[in-house]
Amino acid sequence: MKSKNIVFTCVLLLLSSIVASQNCKNTFSGLIEDFHDKSPIVGATVFIKNQNKYTTTNFEGKFSLPNLCSGKIIVEISHVACEPQTLELNISKDVYKVIDLEHHEEELNEVNVKGAIGLKTKTAQETLIKTKTLDKFSGASLGDALKNISGVSSINTGNSIVKPVINGLHGSRVLVSFNNVRLQDQEWGIEHAPNVDINAAKTISVIKGANALQYGGDAIGGVVIINPIKSSIDKDTLYGKSIVSQQTNGRLFSVTTNLNKSYKSGWFVNGQASYKRAGDFEAANYSLTNTGVNSKAFTFSLGKKQFENGFELFYSYLTNETGILRASHFGNIADLVAAINSSRPLIIDDFNYTINNPKQDVTHHLLKASYYNRFKGFGKLSLQYDFQINNRLEFDRRIGDNKNLQAVDLDLTTHNFKADFKLDSDPNHVYKFGISGLYQNNFPDPITKVRRLIPDYKKFSFGTYAIANFKFDDVILTAGVRYDLEHIDAKKFYLQSRWNSLNYQDDFNDIVIDSNVSGSQLLTNPKFTYHNISTSLGATYNFDSNNLFIVNYGLANRAPNPSELFSDGLHHSAARIELGDLRMQTEVSNRISASYKFANAKLNLTIEGFYNHIKNFIYIEPTGEETTNRGAFPVWTYKQVNAQLLGIDTNIKYQIHDNFALTNKSSLLKGRDLSSNRPLIDIPPFKTVTSLVFKKENWKNFYASLESEYNAKQNNYPNNNFEAYLPLSNSFEVVDISTPPSAYHLLNFSTGFDFNMSKTKFNLNFSIDNLLNKNYRNYLNRLRYFADDLGRNFKIQLKINY
Amino acid sequence: MKHIKLLTALFISTLAITSCSDDTPIPVHEEEVITTMTIELTPNGGGNKVTIQSKDADGEGPTAPIVTGGTLVANKTYSGVITLLNELETPADNITNEVAAEADEHQFFYSANGVSSTFVYAGNNDANGNPVGINFTVTTGDAGTGTYVITLRHEPSKNATGVKDGDITNAGGETDIQVSFPITVQ
Repeated sequence: MKSKNIVFTCVLLLLSSIVASQNCKNTFSGLIEDFHDKSPIVGATVFIKNQNKYTTTNFEGKFSLPNLCSGKIIVEISHVACEPQTLELNISKDVYKVIDLEHHEEELNEVNVKGAIGLKTKTAQETLIKTKTLDKFSGASLGDALKNISGVSSINTGNSIVKPVINGLHGSRVLVSFNNVRLQDQEWGIEHAPNVDINAAKTISVIKGANALQYGGDAIGGVVIINPIKSSIDKDTLYGKSIVSQQTNGRLFSVTTNLNKSYKSGWFVNGQASYKRAGDFEAANYSLTNTGVNSKAFTFSLGKKQFENGFELFYSYLTNETGILRASHFGNIADLVAAINSSRPLIIDDFNYTINNPKQDVTHHLLKASYYNRFKGFGKLSLQYDFQINNRLEFDRRIGDNKNLQAVDLDLTTHNFKADFKLDSDPNHVYKFGISGLYQNNFPDPITKVRRLIPDYKKFSFGTYAIANFKFDDVILTAGVRYDLEHIDAKKFYLQSRWNSLNYQDDFNDIVIDSNVSGSQLLTNPKFTYHNISTSLGATYNFDSNNLFIVNYGLANRAPNPSELFSDGLHHSAARIELGDLRMQTEVSNRISASYKFANAKLNLTIEGFYNHIKNFIYIEPTGEETTNRGAFPVWTYKQVNAQLLGIDTNIKYQIHDNFALTNKSSLLKGRDLSSNRPLIDIPPFKTVTSLVFKKENWKNFYASLESEYNAKQNNYPNNNFEAYLPLSNSFEVVDISTPPSAYHLLNFSTGFDFNMSKTKFNLNFSIDNLLNKNYRNYLNRLRYFADDLGRNFKIQLKINY
Repeated sequence: MKHIKLLTALFISTLAITSCSDDTPIPVHEEEVITTMTIELTPNGGGNKVTIQSKDADGEGPTAPIVTGGTLVANKTYSGVITLLNELETPADNITNEVAAEADEHQFFYSANGVSSTFVYAGNNDANGNPVGINFTVTTGDAGTGTYVITLRHEPSKNATGVKDGDITNAGGETDIQVSFPITVQ
């Protein structure tokens, strides 16, 4: 009944007016059934788009629409738990049709008003990426898929290590939640990509700003919520999906499969596995030596899902071996200057699948057990325990016996418990409360024989929140508050010379526990406690069926992460000295945002604007150089300033014709360091993506799309260039590590169609990225000094639903 | 209720497994750090031995190396031998042995700025017959002051043009050492 109401509301939104025509006597009737088991789907909406008529299916899944005019009709069939389907028919007499719907694409329980199916928040800047879009990225990464949202970009180390950036912020400021578990995977490092297999995601929500307080209070940038593939229907059914992709660039092959079995009793079991292998990728004019990838991942879940209660056991495993561009590894500043000044990478070999050093090898385990119970007329209680182990190995070019020994070996173990309570007996007044506790242990293994970049530490945290949602006729109000306590207890070795050069001997003398460790070191025990308060206030106003406004305010606090506090020493893989600071204070963000959405039959428009003021904003920037026997190294220091970010993201879709649509996604962002009045580093430049899509439903859902992607040059950047002494030529040269690369424009093409063989549904896609084989470099790619980005790439993908 | 019990049991058992002792971490001594490069220059046919050195007591720490140059006699040939030490270890680790053991992946390069000097590889070649350069000779020119730059490259392209003869231009690889010594020739 509830879902029917919602469908009804959706339809109302779409309807502008009901056109009454004369001489229209045709009846279109039929049956809507589940694609997998042919059971009738009750309450599906059948909407004749071009004649503004709709109905819903009855208890037998049947519908009938009388009094239709002759000619072409465009029918949209939708149901809350399904992907909507559109078909075109020419009618001149009564027509009866059986239509199959995919009945597992959307969650049943994430129902929302105004067509916002699956959204986690009601008053935040949230975008949902659906299964169909995610499937296209089966052979790519999470970060690549997220870039589909305007305002979301990425900071890369090459093309395989892709870290999401939301409105200019990344790292610890972007919270990634996978199946309701906050990922704990050393997310602070730029070269640390989120450890999630994109193929394990059914849908992904991105919430800009820290307005989803139930997930955490420190997500100053935003929250990425990954919803895994799950059974959601209480009936006996078995279904699955496989995607096989092959691409020319990197000679990449990937395959993923999921199988889901559910029973009428509510029991379910799911399994999903992926494999991806690529060799050296290619830029437009040369091979990117040692950029291969070897990924394996699987998830498994088992549980019972009923309306009243249920439980789930979930396990996910992922291992990623990623080669780092061979030419990006250098010895000292003189080598860096040589690399920057060379138009081509200094090492180019023939294609190879072998992944040599330098490389990363990351393994992530995630185990979750959850339980929920609904109390009649009251609400729902959820309990969850989750456990994660992240093992990160980084291999470097080393000599002697240590040649194949990892230079970084971090084991991060996290236990988390949470309890959430949702009072939803009155749908107009919904309250959510929750508490959570976390224990984390980081163990940097001394086996590496390299001084630890991140120290041994233990972290305890406790969080509690309360959120209220009020719904009036046209207005939804949300208010939330969260408190987090974070305590970190570390054991860290410092070189005596470093300790003194950072002036710690006066300020932190009390944390020294051994002042005479061999190798001129001292051992310290830094302990820090942070109390953070976060709040969120939001309002959505449905002006009429076409216009919607959202305003939002968020206050968020983020405690400095271990890397910002403790980094100290030569980061071999980056050939730079990175220095944290024990004096770091909590970052405080005040973010105001406003959105406007417009929708009618032809035009769909979203404009999102925001202003984010961050007090004590922490970032790393080159600050000079230090000399060793190896030569000079650039020193990158974590700094703390007051900063502001101001941005606007737009998303427009215009239906030019029944079969043609034009879309545009653009984002503009300005970041400023207010303390020294200059631009912030690593701010994504203006980007606009326009695509023209041709779609013909009755040609087996054929589509063809041409996309134009323009990335401007970032003209607002801090100038951190410095002069380095080059001993060989006995001269000084400016090391240009600041100037952003030129603007670039790429064309991408994709096409595909569906076909059926007995009960199995196939979907074949073909695409060409960087159609013109342009050579370009991206400002937010850490390897831009050394090599171009990816050249032309032909991709073919076969998707099988069964 | 059964589910809650199960969950609690799971939670407690995992906590128990991972609750760890309050160990003090062991310090790491970097093995690949070269704190000290010493070059002994012995004049052919007798004369004063000259020792030049770069010593970086804190390895990759903030303190810059202390570089000691030397005074050489004009128009004279010296036999040079390079010693690399990691003095953060006790006893000091001799890194020269590692370079010798992986001779095919290492090569020293020498150059002079401001003074004229000629360098020639001496000593053992690597297994492929290419120079390593732990030993070399240097022949000084006329009097003057300038610098000698000693560079050690890891994984250079030894077959690239000029590299075998000591020209670093096409060598590539990564710099393991690069020190500029002040030199007076008189």
